[in-house]
Amino acid sequence: MNLELPVISDLQVEVLLADLLEHYGYDFTGYSKASIKRRILRLYSLDKAVSFAEFRYKINNDTFYFKRFVEQITVNVTEMFRDPVFFKTLRNVVLPKLGTYPLIRIWLAGCSTGEEAYSISIILKELNLLHKSLIYATDINPIVLEKAGQSMFAMSQMKQYSENYILSGGTEEFSSYYTANYSLAKFNDELKSRIIFSTHNLVSDHSFNEFQLILCRNVLIYFDRDLQHKVLQLFDDSLEGLGYLALGTKETLDFSPLAKNYKRVPAEKIWRKIN
Amino acid sequence: MGKCDALIIGGSAGSLDVLLKVLPVLRADLSFPIIIVVHRKHGADSLLPELLSGRTKLSVKEIDEKEPVKAGVVYIAPSDYHTLIEQDHTFSLDYSEKVNYSRPAIDATFQTAAEVYQTKLVCMLLSGSNADGVNGLKSVKAWGGTTVIQDPASAQVSYMPEQASLHAKIDYILPIEDMAEFINLLS
Repeated sequence: MNLELPVISDLQVEVLLADLLEHYGYDFTGYSKASIKRRILRLYSLDKAVSFAEFRYKINNDTFYFKRFVEQITVNVTEMFRDPVFFKTLRNVVLPKLGTYPLIRIWLAGCSTGEEAYSISIILKELNLLHKSLIYATDINPIVLEKAGQSMFAMSQMKQYSENYILSGGTEEFSSYYTANYSLAKFNDELKSRIIFSTHNLVSDHSFNEFQLILCRNVLIYFDRDLQHKVLQLFDDSLEGLGYLALGTKETLDFSPLAKNYKRVPAEKIWRKIN
Repeated sequence: MGKCDALIIGGSAGSLDVLLKVLPVLRADLSFPIIIVVHRKHGADSLLPELLSGRTKLSVKEIDEKEPVKAGVVYIAPSDYHTLIEQDHTFSLDYSEKVNYSRPAIDATFQTAAEVYQTKLVCMLLSGSNADGVNGLKSVKAWGGTTVIQDPASAQVSYMPEQASLHAKIDYILPIEDMAEFINLLS
């Protein structure tokens, strides 16, 4: 990607975002500007757009291209057991605490292609909690959810995921969780049996249940402060007392007025609701 | 050269030694921020800010997302995220695809900063074994900023500054021993 002089100005980015809101009801106006502009420029160059006018016309008039646009400007980079130490805390501290509930409701917000959902499912299974858990895995983007539902990931990733899994405290044979099928690893159906994949837009949709654990990792970094406050409020509204909220490595609750109602799990970006 | 509003230093293999030599000689009252984007292994997170803060009178910290960019502070880009500069002079972090096999990508920070600081940006590319940062330097030039590279002859791994000198217009080529004075004079 070579962007010597950006072909799209800040003003044009604003025009596109206003279009999306007006025509499709997707509100990206609270996203971090530098990040979303970079995503848009990347797509513009990837698709060899001829002019801004043409690019804009296609987004507004071609539903198929609009879907591609949403898929491409949202970041869908993820992996299984990313940040193994985080998953170790989930395994050793958080989930055992929730094990006493008759039904454990977990919301994974911004689940992308599902790698974290299956990671959590594996830990729940090993803790003998999977049968009484429900993981609501949501994303703004229906295309990634479709992929997530297939429970198939690239074989080429399995070495890395297996290493992550071991570092996160996993003791089983990681390969026992999937069947190799040429270049794809198909994960066992049991792991999917307690996951509900569904679209949810953090910007415009409301709370839809009460949870004991909400995970939203590396999503808030794409939002401006105002939108972060709004989304954290949504999480707070959706979290039971004594429930846990898990954020990404570089995200925090500290600047939020809600922080006083939460106690941080030491050394991790996990907060427990105490009020 | 106009007044400097930000200095960004990018580097990869062989750049840490340069930083360790240059930082101790910098003035404590620099009138601009220094943003350091170096490739390093994911997981070695807290080590670099700690290591560098022992070597300078300036305060050193790893970047937090949405943090305002302040003068007189040495900021370290966190590993495994891209660091972007917003028009309102705050940092954004981004976990999107690697660029030039790298996250953080030097290009991402140079390019977003180029547009924000324009003629008042100075970007410096140090020793390294890939071409990350080269496109970024081109953007810096296009927006009227100042480009600097480590003299390839003084670099442990000369590929990165060499690529920069081949493909981008470079204003200054500096050996390690001249860098601190150059930076101090930007203030």
